[in-house]
Amino acid sequence: MKFLLVEDNHDLANAVCARLQMDGHVVDHADKIADASAFVDTGDYDLILLDIMLPDGDGRAFLKQHRAGKNDTPVIVLTARSQVSDRISMLDLGADDYMTKPFDHEELQARCRAVLRRNAGHAQPSVQLGDVMLDPVAGQLKVGTKVVTLRNRELRLLELLINAPGQIFSKAKLADRLFSYDEDVSENAIEVYIGRLRRHLEPSSLQITTLRGLGYRLDHA
Amino acid sequence: MREAANVSGSLRARLALTLIGGAAGLAVLLFLVVRSYAAQIAQQGQDRILEASVTSILDAAVLRDGLVEVDFPYAAFSILSTDQDDRVFYAIHQDGTLLSGYDTLPQAEQTIGADVVHVSGDMRGSDVRIASASRTLVGADARTLVTVAVAQTQEALQVTLNRISLNVAYFGAGFFVLSVLVASWATSTTIRPLERLTNSITRRGPKDLTPVAQPVPLEMGPLVSSLNNFMARLSASLSQSEDFIAEAAHRVRTPLATVRSHAETTLQRVEREENRQALRSMVRAIDESSRAAGQLLDHAMITFRADHLERESLDLVALVQDLVIRLTPIAEMKDIALTVESDPEVMVAADSILLQNALRNLVDNALKYSPVESEIIIEVKSAPQPHVQVMDEGPGFPPDQIDRLATRFLRGDNATGTIGSGLGLTIAQDVAEAHGGDLQLDNRSEGGACVTFTV
Amino acid sequence: MRYIYCLILCFCPMLVGAQTWEDRSVFGASNPARTLRVLSSTDTSFFAPIIESFLQRQPGLAVEYFVISTAQIDEIFRAEPSEYDVVISSAMDLQLKLVNDGYGLPIANLSVPDWAQWRDSLYAFTSEPATVVVNRSAFPNGDVPRTRQELIQALRARPELFDGRVGTYDVRLSGLGYLFATQDARASESFWRLMEVIGGLNAKLYCCSGEMIEDLETGKLLVAYNVLGSYVDARETVSDQLEVILPSDFPTTMMRTAFVHVDTMLRGDAEAFVRHLVNVQSALPSPETFPLPRLTSNTDASGQSAITLEPALMTYLDPLKRRTFIKEWSDAVIQ
Repeated sequence: MKFLLVEDNHDLANAVCARLQMDGHVVDHADKIADASAFVDTGDYDLILLDIMLPDGDGRAFLKQHRAGKNDTPVIVLTARSQVSDRISMLDLGADDYMTKPFDHEELQARCRAVLRRNAGHAQPSVQLGDVMLDPVAGQLKVGTKVVTLRNRELRLLELLINAPGQIFSKAKLADRLFSYDEDVSENAIEVYIGRLRRHLEPSSLQITTLRGLGYRLDHA
Repeated sequence: MREAANVSGSLRARLALTLIGGAAGLAVLLFLVVRSYAAQIAQQGQDRILEASVTSILDAAVLRDGLVEVDFPYAAFSILSTDQDDRVFYAIHQDGTLLSGYDTLPQAEQTIGADVVHVSGDMRGSDVRIASASRTLVGADARTLVTVAVAQTQEALQVTLNRISLNVAYFGAGFFVLSVLVASWATSTTIRPLERLTNSITRRGPKDLTPVAQPVPLEMGPLVSSLNNFMARLSASLSQSEDFIAEAAHRVRTPLATVRSHAETTLQRVEREENRQALRSMVRAIDESSRAAGQLLDHAMITFRADHLERESLDLVALVQDLVIRLTPIAEMKDIALTVESDPEVMVAADSILLQNALRNLVDNALKYSPVESEIIIEVKSAPQPHVQVMDEGPGFPPDQIDRLATRFLRGDNATGTIGSGLGLTIAQDVAEAHGGDLQLDNRSEGGACVTFTV
Repeated sequence: MRYIYCLILCFCPMLVGAQTWEDRSVFGASNPARTLRVLSSTDTSFFAPIIESFLQRQPGLAVEYFVISTAQIDEIFRAEPSEYDVVISSAMDLQLKLVNDGYGLPIANLSVPDWAQWRDSLYAFTSEPATVVVNRSAFPNGDVPRTRQELIQALRARPELFDGRVGTYDVRLSGLGYLFATQDARASESFWRLMEVIGGLNAKLYCCSGEMIEDLETGKLLVAYNVLGSYVDARETVSDQLEVILPSDFPTTMMRTAFVHVDTMLRGDAEAFVRHLVNVQSALPSPETFPLPRLTSNTDASGQSAITLEPALMTYLDPLKRRTFIKEWSDAVIQ
C-alpha cells in the first residue's frame, strides 16, 4: 500500500516510515501542510496518516481543505491529544479514524484495513503468489477458485509470510507481531495459527515449512 | 461546586439603615425645630397680651395733687384670662417704692422710657412671664417714675405647647414612616441592578466567559469592568492552560511514539531473547504511561463537567454503535466479536462527551479481559431504565473485591499483565452518578463480567 | 329658726381671745377624731343642713363653722391660714385673689361647668343676684320700679318720702357690697347717678344684708339697694309689704365660692366637704337640705352674665384702684 505520512517530527516520521516499509508498504513523508497538499495533488495514495500540530498550521485545516477538494483518500489522524472532544471534532471534520500517540503499529494496520474496507470501491491492493491470492483488506484468501475468509490473526500471519517467501520467521518474532504486548501467551500458541494456515493452504502450491529450532518459512513449490 | 462567599454586612441593610437613620434624625430635628419655633410664637403671643396689660395700666397712671393715681381698666386683667386659669401677678412701683400689687414679683431691669421688657422668672413656685414698663409722670412741681410689671403663669402656654408638640410628634412620626417606605423602595431599586447582574452571571454556562454586555448603573461600572477584565484574563488563562496541556501532551507523546515505533521495528530485527524482552518491557511501559496520562486527564475533565452537565437529548443506541465502529479494529486483533443487542432507539438527556468516555472505558475493559476469539455483547435497553450492559467471556470480577472495584486506582487482582490505570470503572461510575444513575458490577453465571451502566 | 347644735365660745379659749366671731358652731360627734374648720361668710342657719348631711357620711368627723364678714375673712385667713381647712365666701374677688396667691388646693375630678370654677381650686356652689327690696307701701299704685333708672326717677319724684329711708351697703366695710358696687359701676353709668340720688337722700349704710332686711321689715327703710334676695326669701316671716326686685336692666349675680386650704391637714375631709357642697346643690335639692339658691346657668335670660371668675376680679382690689373708687363713692353717697 502507498501511504502519505504528514508529520513534522522527523524522528517519529523516520520510525513510522521504517516500520511501514518493513511491512512492504510505500511511504511518502511530508513535514508541513504545504508539502502534504503538493504530494496529494501529484501522488495517488491509499491512505493518509495526518498529524494535527504542524508548523504551518493545524492539521484540521488540511483536512477541511482535503475534503473540500473532493479527494476521498481515507485519512487517519494521529493526534497527541487524547481528549474525547478532540476525537469527535476530528471525525466531524471528515477524518476516517483517529489514533492517539503513541500507537501500536498492529492497531494502526488494523485500523487501516477497517478504513479501507469501509471505503469500498477504492482499488484494493492484493498479493498474488503462485495460485494463491490474498486480499488483506477484505481478509480473503483465494486458492484457485476456493475463497476463504481468514480470521484476523490468520490473516496477519499469512500476510507476514507471503510478503517474504523463503524467509525464516522465529516463533518469538511471529508472536510479537500477532499478540499484543500485554498478552501473556506462550510461543507455542503460534503453532495453532500455523496449523490453521496449513489447512487453508493445503490445496495450493504454497506450503509452510517447519525448521526445527529456527522457526517457519513459506515455500513456493 | 458552589463556594460560599465571605459575607460581612449587607449593602441593603446598610443602605436602608442609613436612610432610615437619616430619616429618624431628620424627624427628630424637625420635631425640635418646629417645637422650638412654636414655643417662640406662643411666647410672643403671651408677651403681646402682657404688654397690652402693662400698657393699659401705665396709661391710667396720673399724678393728681402730688399723688399717683392708677385707675386702670378692668380689661387690663380681663385680657389675661386663659383656659387654664393662669395666675396673674402685678406690681406698681413709684420711684422704686411699691405702690400696690405683689412686692415679691421679680423686678425687671428697667430703662426709663424704654419699651416693654419681657423676662421669665419665678413667682411663688411657678414659672411666670413678666412684662414691665415705666413712665415718667410730670406734675405741677414734681416728676415721678411709675413702673408697672404684670406677670402670668405659663400653664395655658404649656398646654398649647404640649398640643403642638403632640401634633408635631405625629407629623414627625408620619414623616418617619413615609421615609421608611421611601427608603425601602429606594433600597430595593438601588439593589436591583446588582441582583440582575448576579442572576445573569449565575445563569451562565460553565464555559461562558464573555464580558457582561447589559447596561449597568454608573456606580457598578468599575465592578462590571473589573469583572469583565477578570473573566477575560480567566478566559485567556484557561485557553492558555488548555493550549499548554495540549502542547505538553504533544511534546511528551510524540517522542514516546518515536520510541515505541523504533522499539517495535527493532524487535523485528534482534534475535537475542534478553534484548527482545527489554524491548517488550519498553513498549509496555510506554503504553502504560500513555494510557494513565490519558485517563487522568479524562477523569479531571469528567470531574469538571459533572458539576455543570451539558445535557442534550441523544440516542444511546446510536452512540453505542458509533463506539463499536471505533473499537472494532482493536477487537478484531484478538478476533473478538462486538455484538450490539438493542431497542430501536433509547433516548436520554445526557452529556454526550461524558457518556462516550464512560462507555468507551467499559468496552475497553471488556476487550482487555476477553479471551481470543470470544464475544462481547453490548445490550442497550430503555426498560426498566435506560441502560447499557457490557458482557464479556473473560475471568469476571474477583467476588471479594466486586464492591470496591470502582474506587479510584484500584485494579482487580486478576488484572496482572493487563495495561490500565484502573480509572476506567471509576470514570464510568462518576459519569453514571452525575446523571443520576449508577454502575452495577456482576459476574455472569456462564462466566465473564457483566457491567450495567444506568443513566 | 336657728340650728345651733353645739355650744358656743367655751371650748377654744385661744380663738375666742383672738377673734370676735359673728357666730361659731361645732357640728358632729362630741368626741371627734378630726375637726374640719370652715371659715365662712354665710350665716350658720343656711349652712347647718348642708353640714349635717355632709357629716352623716363622715363618722368621727366634726365641723367647726366660723362666721365672719367677707372683708374679715380675707384678713383673718391671710394672717393665720393654717388655722382653717375650708374657706367659703360670697366675696368672689377676695376668694379669687386668695387662690391666685396660691392658697387654694386643686381638687381633681369635680365636675362643674368651667365658669363655675377657677384653677380647679375655687368652686362656686350658689348663684345669688343682687336685688332691690322695696316696701310696697311706698309705691301705692303698684308702680314698683323695675330698673335702676325707674328707681332713680321714683326717688327723685318724692325726696321728702325717701329721705333717710334708703339703704345700701357701706362698701368700705362690706366685701360683698364693694364687689356689687364695683361690678355695677363697671356695667353702667346709671350706678353713679343712683348713688348720687341715694346720697342726696341721706342714705343709711349697712355692713350686711341681714340688718338691711330687718330695717326694711320694721319700716325704717323703704328701699334697699343691692340686697341679697336669698336672705329675704330665707326668712320665715317676711312682711307682705316687702317686694324683692331683680333689676331688669342688668342683674349683678354673685356666686358663693369655696376652696380648700392648700396646706390643710385634713385634705380628704376638706375635699369631700367641697365636693359635697357642689354635689348637693346640683342634685335638685329641697330648701330644707340646701337653703341657698343653687347654681344656675352663667348667662341669664336677659343675656347678662353673672360675675365671672377671672383674674380681672383683682382689679378693684388694687389699693390705688380701691382708693380712687372709695373716694368717688364717698363723694357721691356721703354728701
